[in-house]
Amino acid sequence: MLTREQWTEKFVDVIAHASSQLPPDVLAALERGRDAEAPGSLAAKALDSILTNVAMAKGGWQPICQDTGTPLVWIHHPVGTSTRMLTAAFEEAVRQATGKQLLRPNAVDPLTDKNTGHGQAPGIPSVHCEEWDEPGLEVRMILKGGGCENVGAQYSLPNTKLKADRDLDGVRRCILDAVAQAQGKGCAPGIIGACFGGDRGSGFLESKRQLLRRLDDTNPVPELAAMEKELYEQANQLGIGPMGFGGKTTVLGVKVGYLGRLPASYFVSVSYMCWANRRATAKFSPSGEVTWLD
Amino acid sequence: MARLTLPSDEKTIRDLKVGDFVELSGRMITGRDAAHHWLLHGFREEVAPFMKDSVIYHVGPVVKKHEDGHYTFVAAGPTTSAREEPFQADVIGTYGLRGVIGKGGMGPKTLKGLAEHGAVYFHAVGGTAQVLAQAVVKVEQVFQLKEFGVPEALWVIQVKDFPVVVTMDSHGGSLHAEVEKASKAKLEQLLGLSA
Repeated sequence: MLTREQWTEKFVDVIAHASSQLPPDVLAALERGRDAEAPGSLAAKALDSILTNVAMAKGGWQPICQDTGTPLVWIHHPVGTSTRMLTAAFEEAVRQATGKQLLRPNAVDPLTDKNTGHGQAPGIPSVHCEEWDEPGLEVRMILKGGGCENVGAQYSLPNTKLKADRDLDGVRRCILDAVAQAQGKGCAPGIIGACFGGDRGSGFLESKRQLLRRLDDTNPVPELAAMEKELYEQANQLGIGPMGFGGKTTVLGVKVGYLGRLPASYFVSVSYMCWANRRATAKFSPSGEVTWLD
Repeated sequence: MARLTLPSDEKTIRDLKVGDFVELSGRMITGRDAAHHWLLHGFREEVAPFMKDSVIYHVGPVVKKHEDGHYTFVAAGPTTSAREEPFQADVIGTYGLRGVIGKGGMGPKTLKGLAEHGAVYFHAVGGTAQVLAQAVVKVEQVFQLKEFGVPEALWVIQVKDFPVVVTMDSHGGSLHAEVEKASKAKLEQLLGLSA
């Protein structure tokens, strides 16, 4: 197994990937969106500009967006690897990536209101370690910007205003409402990660973990696969369009997961991810050899 | 695509309408949350000349400091403007701004301020940090860097052909209000909520 310093070096590479290389499925969805919009429309021009930007960032290994967001990472590690070591290695990787302008100094101490200057603070990055039976390590991360984080929403069912009961139709109503409330402010066309069940904390975390899914995957639960498809179609009928300029492309995908809930609680947690779904997935062999999965 | 040079003047700005594409060239200043608070806690004479008849860009850039001390913008797309809604109209009036660049649009107070003072809201495409950083040809100077940090500091920059769309004009027009109204009506229909 690698040392902490060696893992830091590997994690900086993963962060560089996430910050500058948009995954191919997201790029394809943006291209489909551009082709669907009326030529010359504000929506088409916005998507053209986005596609130019994606290519520039990729070629120059530069941040796609200046808001490099909260680094959220899920690490699968073999039995016996220290999660404290992995967390410390990732935190150091964030500091180093910030020094290299792969990330913006993006952490503020809310007590003093000072930017820490190196991108790291309690809770930033958000590192989640999980043991598995394989000998190597898998790192799955996203960089989630603040503009889209601000338009996330959580609902407690039943919700009379939305006629949302404690069932799948109620879940659907909440998610569609969240997209409408967000308008273009989360940098539409967005990707929606949602979770029903859980508590207020775990529900939001699971909604973010859904954003690790590829846009072209299919939910293994048939009812949820159907809901994702229906929500994708309905959200794109809202007419919000890229940047909220109006148009046909309001979301690029909807991903829905669930967690167990208490009898008394029924939460629907919705995370909005901007079009720049900066996702990176890498698998490392025990000797540190990397395979990029995104 | 219209071209507009900064600083501008009231007549030129009042000619702009919602939906106009514009390429901006000239000098502007950046500022977001901390800057807007600061600008209204006393008149800041040191930055006022850079704001008069120009625009403020809502951005928290990634900036590289070179060995000789000069700065360049590495990534610089717009941030959400709605957070400045309580302050924007007053900042426009106090410093004589002719416009704001941001994303997501702003609310009724700003819209009223735009009409009153002869200013517009320019929407840049959110997330296009490379396209927009390339249009920033020079970083002239920076205010409040130590106090606010890189994203929140006020950077005086020169831009060339910086692409934006007018989404709120000085005649009460707002694309954001229109889209919001239509999309919420559609939502009610899809959820069977309309009476």
